[in-house]
Amino acid sequence: MSVLRIDAAGPATSVQDGGRFGFLRYGLSSAGAMDRTAHETANALVGNAAQAPVVEIGPFPARFAGENAPVRLALAGAARAADIGNRRIALGESFLLAPGEALSLGAARGGVFSYLGVAGGIAGTPMFGSFSVHARADLGSPLPRPLSAGDKLEVATADPLAGDWRLALPPPDPSPIRVVLGPQDDWFGEAAVAQFLGTEWQVSPASDRMGYRLLGPKIAAARGHNIVSDGIALGQIQVPGDGQPLVLMADRGTTGGYPKIAAIVSADLGRFAQTPAGTSVRFAAVPIDDAQRITRLWRQKLATLPLARETAARPLPTSEALLAANLAGAAVNALDPQPWTHKE
Amino acid sequence: MALPLAFRIRPCGDAALTVEFGDTVDPDLNARVLGLDADVDAAKLPGVIETIPTYRSLFVQYDPVAADFASLSQTLRTLAETAKPHAASGRCWRIPVVYGGEMGFDLEDVARTHNMSPAEIAKRHQAATYRIYMIGFTPGFAYLGGLDQTIATPRRAAPRAVTPPGAIMIGGVQACVQCQAAPSGWHVLGRTPMRNFLPSREPMFLMAPGDNVRFHAIEARDWPALERDAVRGLPVAELVPA
Repeated sequence: MSVLRIDAAGPATSVQDGGRFGFLRYGLSSAGAMDRTAHETANALVGNAAQAPVVEIGPFPARFAGENAPVRLALAGAARAADIGNRRIALGESFLLAPGEALSLGAARGGVFSYLGVAGGIAGTPMFGSFSVHARADLGSPLPRPLSAGDKLEVATADPLAGDWRLALPPPDPSPIRVVLGPQDDWFGEAAVAQFLGTEWQVSPASDRMGYRLLGPKIAAARGHNIVSDGIALGQIQVPGDGQPLVLMADRGTTGGYPKIAAIVSADLGRFAQTPAGTSVRFAAVPIDDAQRITRLWRQKLATLPLARETAARPLPTSEALLAANLAGAAVNALDPQPWTHKE
Repeated sequence: MALPLAFRIRPCGDAALTVEFGDTVDPDLNARVLGLDADVDAAKLPGVIETIPTYRSLFVQYDPVAADFASLSQTLRTLAETAKPHAASGRCWRIPVVYGGEMGFDLEDVARTHNMSPAEIAKRHQAATYRIYMIGFTPGFAYLGGLDQTIATPRRAAPRAVTPPGAIMIGGVQACVQCQAAPSGWHVLGRTPMRNFLPSREPMFLMAPGDNVRFHAIEARDWPALERDAVRGLPVAELVPA
């Protein structure tokens, strides 16, 4: 086993996987990665199953150190500076972290969450079928809480001779976030729905894994802002009495008593989750059939990520990595490019 | 002659939908929801992942790759037209509560609102038999109906960032048993050591929609022993005939 030690982490850094299902009826929401596209990308880059646990890193700088043995990692999601000593680490490309080395990450730029995939996975015992940290419910594995400095994750030891992979990451998409209206859009009236769709909303700093608050003109529900509580889907947008919409995210309450004007299309949820506080976002309504077509295409694309990855160009390994690899025993020439080429 | 049952099916985004039977707190309506929930569970519909029965609607989470809204709606419409109202479970939970003081820090305010003594509020709160309409919001949070209308109290203007685990609260005409600490605009009348959700216990969740609840007052000095039992996994609440 290797160890990934957390030397610094912002308040929104936690282990997340594809989420926890089957417990909505007991009041337990799914949790799971906020940006599923980036989560699955990070896993594809290290050869893991799509839903494997990763470290979700919030917008603040962070630092991880390797102990015991080498670890293979990959970063996807929000852009940010990343380096190991003087070595620059590119997003969308796997890399080796040798014991004694530290991966330093700057603050996120133009996004919120980055995802650190760990080849071979993170050791833990899933709770209710998932590693995902749900802080409010005290659930998650290996720790039932966000990560903080001093925490250590047991992770799989990497084969330093295995190659690295690269994935071309799509450019940022500035188009409006697509939503499906309902189920209570008729509580608002046509004018209020038009106002909701016509507004450039600003994401409030008072946003977290439970929900994102949107700041803008007051949206008034013609039939009032209290309904008898009912179920809440991931990405649903409810409007409380102050008229400021609240988008319910992975750690949301499973039920609530405010009318819901619309819900974000699954394929666009990750893109929405990556909207930094203080920046703006627009919504566009699509019919349910279109929304489902869009989401099926997105899921197909995610499923083909492992096929889309390319072998990354190899820099020479660090001396630490070479030492860790016990090359004398394996009789490998470090200057020979062949052993570093990944075999499919 | 039975009137045709009105309901509507609406999308909750592309991966969930809701079958709405109404928009009120009503035991007959809730029995319809629980009846459909049982039928959906038994039907094992392709693509359906899980459901949430609520006061007035059935929330259905599904995989849009395996099911599309139009045809799933059609299947659910057929089920909803034939679903039989769910008979009450007949189970009744008798839940111990320490009222007032630091365990029920809103009891005096609620009493002032209604020009009653705190003891009178607690008495009326204990006199009712409540129906569990749904579990939701946070793990194990039970939404109750059946509150004595004379003590119904509008939600606080400013919600609290945290109310304690085990909080026994009222909000409007609704009442609840809270399991985990959570923000709330409801009024805290007391606290129970009972844990409806305990991950280390089998079963993890004790109460279910369709069950009944009654409250009885205990003294603050009885709390520590019951709390120890609850942490060990004992139910602490008793099952009694409804």
